Amino acid sequence: MTGAQRTDRLHNQPPLDVNRIRQDFPILSRLVHGKKLVFLDSGASAQKPRAVIDAIKNCYENEYANIHRGVYYLSQVATEAFEEARRKVQRFLNAAESREIIFVRGGTEAINLVAQTYGRKNIKAGDEVIISAMEHHANIVPWQMLREQTGLVLKVVPINDDGEFLLQEYEKLLSPRTKLVAVTHVSNALGTITPVREIIRLAHAKGALVLLDGCQAVPHTPIDVQELDCDFYAFSAHKLYGPSGIGVLYGKAQILEAMPPYQGGGDMIVSVTFEHTEYNGIPHKFEAGTPHISGAVGLGAAIDYVTAIGLDRIAAHEDRVLHYATERVKEIKGLRLIGTAKEKAGILSFTLPNVHPHDIGTILDKQGIAVRVGHHCAQPVMDRFDVPATARASLAVYNTNEEIDALIAGLHKVREIFG
Amino acid sequence: MDDLRELYQEVILDHSKRPRNFRRPATSNRLAKGHNPLCGDRLTLYLQVEDGRVADVAFEGSGCAISVASASLMTEMVKGKTIGEAETMFHYFHDLLTGKSEPSAPPGLEFEKLSVLAGVRDYPVRVKCATLPWHTLTAALDGKPRDEIRTE
Ligand SMILES: Cc1ncc(COP(=O)(O)O)c(C=O)c1O
Repeated sequence: MTGAQRTDRLHNQPPLDVNRIRQDFPILSRLVHGKKLVFLDSGASAQKPRAVIDAIKNCYENEYANIHRGVYYLSQVATEAFEEARRKVQRFLNAAESREIIFVRGGTEAINLVAQTYGRKNIKAGDEVIISAMEHHANIVPWQMLREQTGLVLKVVPINDDGEFLLQEYEKLLSPRTKLVAVTHVSNALGTITPVREIIRLAHAKGALVLLDGCQAVPHTPIDVQELDCDFYAFSAHKLYGPSGIGVLYGKAQILEAMPPYQGGGDMIVSVTFEHTEYNGIPHKFEAGTPHISGAVGLGAAIDYVTAIGLDRIAAHEDRVLHYATERVKEIKGLRLIGTAKEKAGILSFTLPNVHPHDIGTILDKQGIAVRVGHHCAQPVMDRFDVPATARASLAVYNTNEEIDALIAGLHKVREIFG
Repeated sequence: MDDLRELYQEVILDHSKRPRNFRRPATSNRLAKGHNPLCGDRLTLYLQVEDGRVADVAFEGSGCAISVASASLMTEMVKGKTIGEAETMFHYFHDLLTGKSEPSAPPGLEFEKLSVLAGVRDYPVRVKCATLPWHTLTAALDGKPRDEIRTE
């Protein structure tokens, strides 16, 4: 889907009943410093709907035991709930098979897993890995660690002043030695949606695999890994209204099968003797030890929740709020938006002249408004725009234009205090 | 709003906008760098220590209003003081921001100046911003004297 197609499709979405949706999220009715909570930090972690909280509670109250091991009833029920969650993720990503879904701790672990298994086996000294200038540290450091181990060459695709991925520069960086392209689908610091289809097509033409960091994309756009034809897709449940401590690595079955295991332990083996161990098939080969059982169940419930509303509708709603916010911030004197790509999802990063983002954060917090301030685990992005940090408002399905009004009022207070 | 005025007092805003001793001195014999990775506050502190006294002190860097104001106030206060006095001030300040009780100001040193930062107490995540310059100062005082640092 091109950017224009996305815009068209979102344009045709019926509006959401946000007030009803807000009632699904218990935390949104609480006060902070005596003020109504205005939560604008879902990019860091989203709040949880009642359905997710209840699913986790039900798991522990009614369906809990260790999985894949017991012959007794409860263990079977728990195993079935865990595997059903895997199938929900499969359908959510439109993966061909459920064994292509590996449960991990989060996006960070998913990327490290690929680096340490696929990477260590297949990437040799002088081979190239390409990332972009807008990666989260989670998609930079694992490749630097692999570079230490293998002597690979790490190449970085530059971005323009709007924070857009430069496809032409990318094309120039691709070479016959490129083994892997690992890029973000949506930037957490800038909100940019990257041209993943072209990125994947060009990489495949050179015989390189592609890993997409989907942490910021899955809450805002439907994903079809088969249509994308990406080789790996990584995301965390907690940004998708699910629990923290669980996430997903999707990988094409034949690639996963050829990869060595990640960690050793229980569940990832078929048989063990002191002389020899036979590894289990995928996905279990990559899931050593007792997993986050209730986490998987919670993720399944989160997927049910967003699917019932419809990701296109969620995206359309967020786009409207983002558009409103982008217009409204223009009235704040001197405010500089960092990240002005044509294709954006859910993120408004900005700075104010002569006010450090940390002070913006504190003043907004006093009005009950939660934004993130800092480098957003993307220090190279801060360097690219020559700022030490930014303030970032990030949106979710439950945010409203009224909350943007509160943000604007809060920013006027910042100006009032700092002059 | 009143709470915020308590934190962002005029003195603090003034020091953050026009920090005192904000320069790189021609000579200094102690140097330390401070960094608060959470918010990206960075400062470099230059000291000229002579006969156990802080003969000169200056800083450079960037940071939030609290850290810049705290650094600026600190340089004003410790200039001319003995190392021992500077350390006493640090402990007093540290207790003021983190201590459970109101520390009593030792006599003789102008501690009132520091009390403008007492409001930071109510903002636990910001305490580090205010104490960063002081931690950097202790690092500089503990550090071995360096070769003279020159401006180019
Ligand atoms: C783009 C991106 N990648 C990776 C991560 C890391 O996710 P997690 O900390 O859940 O592993 C994040 C989270 O902030 C992110 O926004």
